[in-house]
Amino acid sequence: MNLTLHVWRQAGPKAPGKMVVYQATDISPDMSFLEMLDVVNERLTERGEVPIAFDHDCREGICGMCSLMINGVAHGPMKGTATCQLHMRSFKDGDTVYIEPWRARAFPVIKDLTVDRSALDRIIQAGGFITAPTGGAQDANTILVPKESVESAMDAAACIGCGACVAACPNASASLFTAAKVTHLGLLPQGQPERYRRALEMVDQMDLENFGSCTLHGECQEACPKEISMDTITRMNRDFIRGRLIGTRA
Amino acid sequence: MTLRLDARIPPGSLAEKWNRHRFEMKLVNPANKRRHTIIVVGSGLAGGAAAATMSELGYNVKCFCFQDSPRRAHSIAAQGGINAAKNYQNDGDSIYRLFYDTIKGGDFRSREGNVYRLAELSVNIIDQCVAQGVPFAREYGGLLSNRSFGGAQVSRTFYARGQTGQQLLLGAYQALECQIARGGVTMYPRTEMLDLVVIDGKARGIVVRNLVTGAIESHAADAVVLATGGYSNLFFLSTNAQGCNATAIWRAYKRGAAFANPCFTQIHPTCIPVSGEHQSKLTLMSESLRNDGRVWVSKKPGDKRDPRQIPENERDYFLERKYPSFGNLAPRDIASRAVKEVCDEGRGVGESGLGVYLDFADAIKRLGIDVIRERYGNLFEMYQRITDENPYEVPMRIYPAVHYTMGGLWVDYNLMSNIEGLHVTGEANFSDHGANRLGASALMQGLADGYFIIPNTIGDYLASSKPQKVDTTHAAFKAAEDEVEERTKRFLSIKGKRTVASFHRELGQILWHNCGMSRNEAGLRTALRKIPELREEFWRNVNVPGSDVELNQALEKAGRVADFFELGELMCLDALHRTESCGGHFREESQTPDGEALRDDENFAYVAAWQFAGEGKIPVLNKEPLVFENVKLSQRSYK
Repeated sequence: MNLTLHVWRQAGPKAPGKMVVYQATDISPDMSFLEMLDVVNERLTERGEVPIAFDHDCREGICGMCSLMINGVAHGPMKGTATCQLHMRSFKDGDTVYIEPWRARAFPVIKDLTVDRSALDRIIQAGGFITAPTGGAQDANTILVPKESVESAMDAAACIGCGACVAACPNASASLFTAAKVTHLGLLPQGQPERYRRALEMVDQMDLENFGSCTLHGECQEACPKEISMDTITRMNRDFIRGRLIGTRA
Repeated sequence: MTLRLDARIPPGSLAEKWNRHRFEMKLVNPANKRRHTIIVVGSGLAGGAAAATMSELGYNVKCFCFQDSPRRAHSIAAQGGINAAKNYQNDGDSIYRLFYDTIKGGDFRSREGNVYRLAELSVNIIDQCVAQGVPFAREYGGLLSNRSFGGAQVSRTFYARGQTGQQLLLGAYQALECQIARGGVTMYPRTEMLDLVVIDGKARGIVVRNLVTGAIESHAADAVVLATGGYSNLFFLSTNAQGCNATAIWRAYKRGAAFANPCFTQIHPTCIPVSGEHQSKLTLMSESLRNDGRVWVSKKPGDKRDPRQIPENERDYFLERKYPSFGNLAPRDIASRAVKEVCDEGRGVGESGLGVYLDFADAIKRLGIDVIRERYGNLFEMYQRITDENPYEVPMRIYPAVHYTMGGLWVDYNLMSNIEGLHVTGEANFSDHGANRLGASALMQGLADGYFIIPNTIGDYLASSKPQKVDTTHAAFKAAEDEVEERTKRFLSIKGKRTVASFHRELGQILWHNCGMSRNEAGLRTALRKIPELREEFWRNVNVPGSDVELNQALEKAGRVADFFELGELMCLDALHRTESCGGHFREESQTPDGEALRDDENFAYVAAWQFAGEGKIPVLNKEPLVFENVKLSQRSYK
């Protein structure tokens, strides 16, 4: 199949960017989207041009490194699927495809399609953990966790930290990312002592990083490659309000 | 010029060794710990856990990763689970049994002392991870759940759906971020180590490239820990992430660290088969699928029927037939070879004939589709996304792929290489898995090394070696920086006709055909002739576009592939010298009458540690004899 690509090219963080048109010819429907870009890059290199920079690593939908806005949709048209797991059979011969980086004030562009997502790490630093220094843990089976709780915690813990929720949100809010961690840890008995402090500090950090506020559009949930539910945001808001009004004691 | 390789295994019975060693090791006074800087390269399970734990102890840690965040390390992709000798299932498990299974699974090519310690620490790992909030699967009563895994007859594998590696890594990552926030760890993401700096025989720092700005920088420390993973990507197609590379350990090798058993690579039996030329990676389907899936092909060669139309009596469930006591749960090396064998007989399935069925029809009939969906739903979805086939209805097609490398830098019991102060943890070292790794043991080793071993042994090193103050103004740093700079400029100046990827793909083909699932002398000699020819062309005809003062992914890749050429050659040399078969290393010349790997304990019960002898010279082979005081060496049997 043959496609026309419009790709965002930007030489560096401060350079102006623009959309550039490329023809992707002889593409197999069995290729993944990133393999299609590999082919385009091989051909650019052979012609002496600078290949398109894009982030990727595991190519099996778990590392969260890939991050493309495809035809205006974070990770492209297939629901619950990261860019690296999207295959060209989702497109038709002759299609025009627009490829852009994540767009958010908190995610400055580094080059072409790569952006700086270190703000998400700093949200985790603010409280996205259970303080448990190595060595002090008791036998694992002394902590009983109801199966339902652990299943819900796991649903939230599946977050791959890709930032699609931010890219999809009209406000560029990182609420779904933050709420997924607040929910994962807050549903477990081990996470209770720090539960309210965690919600307060992570939300404050989100604001400091210039992410927008959540106005419950729901675009994040649609874009999430792990289909994490917006219900987590409700939970985060409840923990945040409880922490602010009553205090952080569990 | 051979090395004296002293494994420094503590005396005493297996159960006493680690305990006694912990007492005998010297300690660093708590107030003095912050005066020591430790470099950790890599942020996966072995690196992230080490950096976090050493910071908790009070050391000043600098941690480096090439990805944009420590959470992306490839440990994240491990699916099936982590072993621990908890015996929560009351099915006869014990530390000794896990130790024995691991030694036997590794085909008696690992050290008793190291493996016993690993089995011992496995129980602490689960405790630690649960305390951090890792959402392991649970029973309705709230207790932890277990499943069985290849090479074991007990259920000792803990898991978090098909995302165990992700959850364990996030646990370590969160502990690491907590330490970053507290100032104990300085994190350097998008930074790649390009050289090791050795001063007065001791590892004193590294030279890195900032992948965003291209700046070459030096970092000095009192000790260096390499936790940079394995080198499966030298085959081009593997289950590793695109960025996984051997550069850090290869640079250390060229500075004098011995490289142990490079030919011990693991080919995982259950991966999605290759679909075409364009393919950039292979995707693993967790070994846990073999708990319920049955592996088969048609009894007739060239049978093109729809698998659902092939009647039961015309199917060959070859793993169950050949290995009745382990069946579909035979260890990875054995299962992979059995798959290759039926494909070589022309009984393979799919368009290329390189595949076998992994069938869930019986399990769905027995347990119901909901149970299967709960156990493997995310894996089935992943399979469908890639192949466009529905495994609930049609059997999966699987084929072996390179997955893990047991070889790595040589380390002693303290996880220190033969260069003082250079420590190596996780897949980057060679120590625990012998010639074949059992399923669910990589996560266990990474975390044992990172949480429990290196934070203890590093203190002993610092307290006994009392490193002198060194900073990056030392001439050795300047010299290493110049070398890195020169090499970078050289890649950019070649301006040839071929892309880096085209060379990498060709190298991978040479290695897969000659040093893959089975090896023979003629093939290895062919590879040893072809690799230097291709490498010569690479340095003459590669095209690396762009500049060195910006994000340049082609330049990064060029450096990694250049190192793969050299390591690939060493791997073939090691495979050629080891004329026995053991574990994943199958020499066709050495097999039993029924086609199983035949070891030669008299001549090869040793670790082959190769030492760099200079450019263009044949590396020096050093041997560390393996001493077995507790287990009896036997022909491995899973029948």
